[in-house]
Amino acid sequence: MATGDGLRDRHGRSRGTSLLYDPAVRGYATQALVAIVLVLLIGWFVSNTIENLQRANIASGFGFLWNRAGFDISQTLIPYTAEDTYARAFLVGLLNTLLVAFVGVVLASILGFLAGVARLAKNPLIAGIAAVYVETLRNIPVLLQLLFWYRAVLSVLPAPRQAIALPFGSYLSNRGLLLPNLIAGEGFAATVAAAAVAILAVIVLAWWARRRQMATGKPFPVFFTGLAIIVILPLLTFAATGAPLTVEFPELKGFNFVGGFHVFPEFMALVLGLTLYTATFIAEIVRAGILAVPHGQTEAAYALGFRPGLTLRLVIIPQALRVIIPPLTSQYLNLTKNSSLAVAIAYPDLVSVFAGTVLNQTGQAVEAIFITMMVYLAISLATSLFMNWFNRHVALVER
Amino acid sequence: MTTTFDLAYVRREEEPVLPPPRGRISGIEAVYAGLFSSFTNIVLTVIGLALIIMVVPPIVRWAFIDAVWTGNSREACIAPEAGACWAFVKAKFAQFMYGRYPVEERWRVELTAVLLIIGLVPMAIPRVPFKRQNAIYLLALFPLMALILLTGGNFDIPVGIFRLVAALACFAVGLTAMFVASHPAAAALRMLAATAALLGMVLVIAALALGRVGPAILGYTIIEIAVIAAALVAFFAGVAAILAGEGAYGARRILPLGITTAAVVVVLLVLRADFGLTWVETPLWGGLLVTLVVAIVGMVGSMPLGILLALGRRSKLPVVRFVSIAFIEFVRGVPLITVLFMASVMLPLFLPPGVNFDKLLRALIGVTLFSAAYMAEVVRGGLQAIPRGQYEAASALGMGYWQSMRLIILPQALKIVIPGIVNSFISLFKDTSLVLIIGIFDLLGIVQLNFTDPNWASPNTPATGYVFAAAVFWLFCFSMSRYSIYTERRLDTGHRR
Repeated sequence: MATGDGLRDRHGRSRGTSLLYDPAVRGYATQALVAIVLVLLIGWFVSNTIENLQRANIASGFGFLWNRAGFDISQTLIPYTAEDTYARAFLVGLLNTLLVAFVGVVLASILGFLAGVARLAKNPLIAGIAAVYVETLRNIPVLLQLLFWYRAVLSVLPAPRQAIALPFGSYLSNRGLLLPNLIAGEGFAATVAAAAVAILAVIVLAWWARRRQMATGKPFPVFFTGLAIIVILPLLTFAATGAPLTVEFPELKGFNFVGGFHVFPEFMALVLGLTLYTATFIAEIVRAGILAVPHGQTEAAYALGFRPGLTLRLVIIPQALRVIIPPLTSQYLNLTKNSSLAVAIAYPDLVSVFAGTVLNQTGQAVEAIFITMMVYLAISLATSLFMNWFNRHVALVER
Repeated sequence: MTTTFDLAYVRREEEPVLPPPRGRISGIEAVYAGLFSSFTNIVLTVIGLALIIMVVPPIVRWAFIDAVWTGNSREACIAPEAGACWAFVKAKFAQFMYGRYPVEERWRVELTAVLLIIGLVPMAIPRVPFKRQNAIYLLALFPLMALILLTGGNFDIPVGIFRLVAALACFAVGLTAMFVASHPAAAALRMLAATAALLGMVLVIAALALGRVGPAILGYTIIEIAVIAAALVAFFAGVAAILAGEGAYGARRILPLGITTAAVVVVLLVLRADFGLTWVETPLWGGLLVTLVVAIVGMVGSMPLGILLALGRRSKLPVVRFVSIAFIEFVRGVPLITVLFMASVMLPLFLPPGVNFDKLLRALIGVTLFSAAYMAEVVRGGLQAIPRGQYEAASALGMGYWQSMRLIILPQALKIVIPGIVNSFISLFKDTSLVLIIGIFDLLGIVQLNFTDPNWASPNTPATGYVFAAAVFWLFCFSMSRYSIYTERRLDTGHRR
C-alpha cells in the first residue's frame, strides 16, 4: 500500500497518537476490566448466597462455634464430650489431623529414605524390590489404598477373642492394635528432665567439638560420647528415682480388650496408606537428589583421602539435601492435605468433623468450609514461608 | 656439585607384561558381584530374599492358586480357604465399566471410546503428521461428539441465545472498528460504531438483569428493541468504517470474528439438534466411564486455564498478577476434597435460587479449577526457562504481547514442560477417585457400591474389588508415566553428546 506521509505503518494505518495504542493506558484498562468483572462476579455470588441462606432459614456468622456440639468423637487427644462446643470439636479435629500428619511424615521419611537409597544399591535384588514397591504404589490412588487397608485388610481381621498375638503382649484384631501402655509413676518427671539436660549437653558438646576442630584440627568422637550421655544420664536418673514406670498389658475381658494402649483401625489404615503412598514419592526425590551430586565429588573426596562413610556424610549428603529438601517439604504438605481423605474411612480429622458432621448439623456450609480451608491454607503458607527462608539459607553463593 | 642418593631399590629388568583388565564381565559374574561382593552385600541379599519369600508366595496363592474364577454368587467365594473372588469382578465387569448406563445404549459409550482412541493414538506418536488438525479434532470436535453421544444431545437451548450471539458479534465488529479503522476519513463512523457497541453491551446487561419488563411492541420489549438498534448501528457503521479506511486489510481483521461467530452458532445448532438418541442423565453414568470423563475434562479444561493463570502470574499488570497468585496459592494450599465440597455444597448457594446444577458438572468444575492451579505452576516453570532473548527478539519483530506468546514463547515453553504436564495429568487421574466422597460413582465408587450386594458378600470380595480397581488405575498411570519418560528422552536431544 502506498505510504504518502511518514505517519503510516506498513499496513497503511496512520501511526496513532491515539490513547488506544498507549501500552500504559491499555494496561490500566485491562486491570480495571479484570477488577470490575471480578468484583461484579463476587458481588453476584455473595448476594445470591445471602438470598439462598435466608430462604433456607440458615443462620450466618461464626456464633455457632459456641453452641453445644451434641455429637461424640471416637478418638480425641484432648478431653471432649457431646456437651462441649463446636469450637472444641474443631480443636479435636485439628489435633487429630496434626497427629496423623506428624506420624505419617516421620514414618514416610524413614521408609522413603530407605527405599530411595535401596533403589540405588548395587545389589540387584534390593534395587529391584525397591523399584517394584515405588512403581506400584506410586501409580495407585491414595484413596484406594486407604480404603483397601481399612476395608479389605483391617476390617476382616479376626474379632478380639481370636486376636492375633504379637510380640511384647500386643494384639491385633478388627478393633485395632493394642499395645502395652507405659504408665508414668511419681518421679518420672525427673527422668524426662534428665533426658532434656542430656540432649542440651550433647548440643553444647557438638558445638565445642566443632570449634576445637576448626581451631586445632583435632577431631572429637562426638557421636559415641553423645550417644553415651543421652542413654546413660536418663537411665541413671530412672534407676535412682526407683524406676517409676509400670507397664499395663492389654487383657481380654468378655468380648473386648481392657487396658493397654489402643490404636484405632481408622488411624492405622490412614497412617499405613499415607505412609506407603508418600514414601514412594520421597524415595524418588531422595534418589534424584543423590544422583544430582556429580560423581566427581565422590572422586575428589577419595582423592583427599576420605573414607566412603565419611565421603557420604560430609560430601554427598550435604549437597544432596540441597536438592532434596524443597520437594520433600511439598511432599510433607501433600501428606498433610491427603490426610483429609480420612473422611472416607471415618477417622475424625478436621475435614470429617468440621466439613462433615458440623456442616450437616448446622447447615452453615460457608463458614464450615471457609474455616477448614483456612486451616490448610495457613499450614501451607507457613511451610512455604519457612521454605523460602530455608532456600535462601542453603542457596549456592556464586559470584 | 654432586648429590648421592641412597636408593634401597633400583629396578634392573622389565617387569613381565600383565594381561589387560577385562573390559566387560559376563552376566553371571555381574549378578554374582552384585549379590555377594561383600559381607554387607550378602546380608542385604538375604534380607531381600526373606522379604520376597514372605510377600510373594502368599500374594500368588491368594490371587491365582486359591482364587475363585467362576461362580454365580457368593457361594463360590465363602469357602474358608478361598482366595481372590474373581468371579465377582467377572459378574460385575459391565457395571465397573459403565455404571448404571442403560444396557441398550452402551454402544454410545463404546463409540465415544473408539473416537477418543482414533484421536489420541496419532497424537501420541511423534512421527505421525497433521498434529494441528489432530489437536483440533481432539480439543474441539471430539468433546462435542462425546457430549452428544454420552448425554443424548437435544439440549434445551432457548432461541434467545442466538439473538444474544448475533448482538454480541455486531458489538465486537463495532469495537474492532475502533482499533482497526484508524483512517482519518472514517473517524466519525468509527466513533459511532464504538459508541453503539458500548451502549449496546450496557443495554444487554440491563436486559439480562431486569428480565422482560415493560410494554412489548411486536413481541419485543423496549430494551430489546434498543439492543437490536444498537447492534445494527454498530455492525453497519463498523463495517463501513473498516472498509472505508482500510480496504482489504480491514476485511482480514474482521474475518476471525466471522469465523468465531459461525463456529459458536454451529455448535449451538448441533447441541440443539435431535439425533434421535435417548437422554441418559448423569446420575446413571458410572464406573470407568465417569473416571475417564472427569479425568479428560479436567485435563482439557485445566490446560488453557493453567496457561492463562501462568501468564497472569508473570504479567506486569499488578491487578492481574495479584489475582492469579491469589488463586493459584489458595487452591494449591487446600486439599482437593475441600474444593470438591465447595463445588458440591457451595456452588448451588452462589447461583440464583432455583438454578439447578448437575452434580457431575459441579465436580468437573471443581476438579478443573483445582488442576488448573497446578498446571499453572508447571507452565510457569517452562516460561521461566525461556531465555530473555526470545522475548526481546519477538518484540524486535514488532509482535505484541499475545502474538509473541502465541507464536514464540508458549510453543517453546510448553514443549519443555511436557513431562511436567503429563505428571500433573497422572496426579489428576488418581485424584478423580475423590469424587466418590461427594457421591459420584466413579470406578472406585462403583466397585465399593457392589460390596453391599448381599449376593456377593464374602470376606474376600472387598480385597478383590480393590485390587481390580487398583490394577486399572495402575495401568493408566503407569503407561502415562512411561510415556512421560519417553518424551523426556526424546526432547532431551540438546544435552546428549
